[in-house]
Amino acid sequence: MAYTDTEILEGLAEIVAEETGLPTDAVVLEKSFTDDLDIDSLSMMTIVTHAEDKFGVRIPDEEVKNLATVGDAVTFIAGAQA
Amino acid sequence: MTAPRDVVVTGLGATTPLGGDAVSTWTAALAGESGARTLENDWAEKYGIPVTFAATIKVKPDEVLARPEIKRMDPSAQYAIIATREAWADAGLAGAEVDGERLGAVVSSGIGGIWTTLDGWDTLRERGARRMLPMTVPMLMPNSPAAYVELEIGARAGAHAMVSACASGAEAIGYGVEMIRNGRADVVVAGGTEATIHPMPIAAFAASRTLSLRNDDPAGASRPYDVDRDGFVVGEGAAVVVLESAEHAAARGARVYARIAGVGLSSDAYHITSPDPEGRGQVAAMRRALENAGATGRDVVHVNAHATSTKVGDLTETASIRSLLGGEADHVLLSATKSMTGHLLGGAGALETLFTVKAVHERLAPPTINVAKPDPELQVPLVRDVPAALPAGDVVALNNSFGFGGHNVALVVTNA
Repeated sequence: MAYTDTEILEGLAEIVAEETGLPTDAVVLEKSFTDDLDIDSLSMMTIVTHAEDKFGVRIPDEEVKNLATVGDAVTFIAGAQA
Repeated sequence: MTAPRDVVVTGLGATTPLGGDAVSTWTAALAGESGARTLENDWAEKYGIPVTFAATIKVKPDEVLARPEIKRMDPSAQYAIIATREAWADAGLAGAEVDGERLGAVVSSGIGGIWTTLDGWDTLRERGARRMLPMTVPMLMPNSPAAYVELEIGARAGAHAMVSACASGAEAIGYGVEMIRNGRADVVVAGGTEATIHPMPIAAFAASRTLSLRNDDPAGASRPYDVDRDGFVVGEGAAVVVLESAEHAAARGARVYARIAGVGLSSDAYHITSPDPEGRGQVAAMRRALENAGATGRDVVHVNAHATSTKVGDLTETASIRSLLGGEADHVLLSATKSMTGHLLGGAGALETLFTVKAVHERLAPPTINVAKPDPELQVPLVRDVPAALPAGDVVALNNSFGFGGHNVALVVTNA
């Protein structure tokens, strides 16, 4: 079953909130993981690991640096679904 | 040569089987409560573990820490941070300006992040390397609690983690004292932590035949010096103290609980788990601590014993005290607080130092519970069931901590 973009955003927001303590409504498409959400590289890798698990996708390490914003991550995960 | 700088205790913090902070832990200890309880899990049934109880922490970390803190720290570091926040505030340092270059953190664990280690191994075996969480290494390393405390308070004079089994917490405090004495720091947060109530270490301790099997009576299971003792009770938790040079404490008008006046260390070079039956290492540690404090055996009024409630360990210790103090041992009040807290392993020496500081400050030696029939070989007067008053005037107390590997640590606590 494929997740919709809205479902992916909601799921990502839950993961980010759990990892960082930010409220889920702070996690919106245009926010940058590093500049806006203050997420360091270790936290980013933790979020990626949980996102792979949750959405059943593979996010290659070399792809993670391209995921600057929450929107980038939603787009990538949506496209990576089988 | 100048005299070593006086080191005083200005803050106390803990989270233990008796309470979620130092104050409630001490109150429960004076009341003779037990922190041991039946475990609410299926470990015994699932794995065939013969022990079904432990001294679990009274207040769960998720009641006091934020969710991201829980996720980023092994329980051993969570306990250390809870204790640190209390001690830091208790010392009047929360929000105060402290020079980070003159501030140290020394927080030990006997075993390290074993929950993280074993969870990581389960994840790898069951789900593969891509499911391994990136925070695994910084969570499992045994210096992780020290590092989190260093981050918490902004300590840049050094962060250290002594690993000496059940002497770790006392050795950490001794190291913190040395940091201040030798001029490396003015303030040090020092203590110990442990989080080993997990089926693997409990099964492993049970395999070594060192644990009490009194499953039908957890609260009565830890009974040091009782003829019916049958081993120790695993405990968990943390305790930390804020150590400060006397000058630094006086300059800011801090409340002072007591002095840590002497540090004594030794090793047995005898056996990996048994103490030297002659007690040579234990005597050496206590003697060195007293010499270091400029005190003599005549001055000692109270000893918080290591006393885990194994026959060989408990009796070797009181024989060591008798050997060191001779007839003066008749005037010593001996407390074995593991009868109430269980054995916090790497946290034990720190919690028992905290108790010794409180005992000296409040002039009350905490009780030893569960001693229905005192062992006739016990060689020092035992404080039983209710607290005993310490004399007025200048007093000297000892905290003893001994660990597998033959590590011996004795700390001398005096009134300020």
